[in-house]
Amino acid sequence: MSSQSRIVITGVGLTAPNGNSLQEFRANLLAGKARIAEIDVRHMGKQPAGVCDFDATKWQKRKEIRNGTRVGSISIYCAREALIDSGIAWEQIDKSRVGVYLGITEHGNVETENEIHNISQFGNDTKYWTHHHNPRTVANNPAGEVTMNLGITGPHYTIGAACAAGNAGLIQAAQMLQLGEVDLAFAGGVSESIHTFGIFAGFKNQGALGSHPDPTKASRPFDKNRNGIVISEGGAIYTLERLEDALRRGAKILGEIAGWCINSDATDAVLPNPQRQAECVRFALQRSGLKPQDITIVSTHATATALGDIQECVALREVFQNCPNTYINNTKSYIGHCMGAAGALELAGNLPSFADGWVHPTINIEEIDPECALPGLVVNKPHQANEVNAILNNSFGMLGINSALIVKKYGVA
Amino acid sequence: MTKEDIKQIVLDIIADIAPDEDLSAVKAEVRLRDQLSLDSMDFLDIVMELRKKHGIEVPEADYVQLASLDSCADYLLPKFLAKK
Repeated sequence: MSSQSRIVITGVGLTAPNGNSLQEFRANLLAGKARIAEIDVRHMGKQPAGVCDFDATKWQKRKEIRNGTRVGSISIYCAREALIDSGIAWEQIDKSRVGVYLGITEHGNVETENEIHNISQFGNDTKYWTHHHNPRTVANNPAGEVTMNLGITGPHYTIGAACAAGNAGLIQAAQMLQLGEVDLAFAGGVSESIHTFGIFAGFKNQGALGSHPDPTKASRPFDKNRNGIVISEGGAIYTLERLEDALRRGAKILGEIAGWCINSDATDAVLPNPQRQAECVRFALQRSGLKPQDITIVSTHATATALGDIQECVALREVFQNCPNTYINNTKSYIGHCMGAAGALELAGNLPSFADGWVHPTINIEEIDPECALPGLVVNKPHQANEVNAILNNSFGMLGINSALIVKKYGVA
Repeated sequence: MTKEDIKQIVLDIIADIAPDEDLSAVKAEVRLRDQLSLDSMDFLDIVMELRKKHGIEVPEADYVQLASLDSCADYLLPKFLAKK
């Protein structure tokens, strides 16, 4: 591949329930520190959820926070922090050549529910419905808020890809950079889903909402007694550049986007399809030119649902046979399911392993489900892998959307 | 209810919808947009809050009456008094 078509990660900004910077997030992953709270969900009472505590006023005026959306604030925070991390001389950048591509699971539910509740206090008279509703609920809202905050005049939009969205944002950005549509991209995934009762109620009535007397143990993928998803908010946004541009400005390179695939099950709205998941991973490997044995870390999507975890394990067993140096982990066990942000955050949690060789474990496993006992699964304690050369990041979503993204250590052939 | 009460009601609403603004020296006779960072959406917020909190309706044709604190007081005082 020419340096024109090679895409690298040069900065990351994030907010997760257990960290507002990559350094804090990573430290908590290696220390096994989950952070899940109990929140009051409208109409449903106390529920476990991952709540972020970043300071939105760091980058926004209070009026902007009031008029915008929660996910807009998450996006702005992450984009601004990524920009700082990248070391880019922002004032010298042609803002018309910058793109913003953010993956979302859903958008608009929070604001719509809030307004329905609001007018219910006024006899459901729609004259009390806020005029802020439409700019808050248009699907490009989170990406658009970033452009307004940073003065970006290039393209911006969101990519609706259910819970595969975090990877989808990065893939879209890589493609746009390769096409020469932009010179710099802010890309990743974001979510405000804990503020909508509909998501909780939907999973609850689907029998897929996780619970535990200790909220920090409610999200337990691969555990025999797992009982569902813990819904969380969060975001992770990266700066992506073409390799030649990054080298020209002497950027620190966190990793290289090596391969990807997005495909569709075409079978069921909610039940995953391991055959298509395996196909997705194989296509991503093919694009990257890597073999399964070259992957050091598989960051699983597993959300702690009864069937979903098993199906992903079926897919991984098929692809990663005879891979003694491939290690498997899961980040939702710490922070729950950050929906549109999940894939982007889970990749971020693993990226520092290129430098330190550590693989953070999946935690909260008291008794491994035999059907999920994959060789290489790192359980409860971090593993020193000595050298991490490539990460496969899985993210799957409803309506049968699968995404696999491979990031390799820069400089590895 | 006096004109000064009306001005304080409007200032309290502005304090909610534009929390970054310093309202300590707002001149009653000067257009609000000329001394504060307020846009058309903010004025719609003022209209909405008058409706929600005080049951006062401001028809679109009368939005111009909300230009300054003085004009607000002149325009809104009869409406508040009519409610009593």
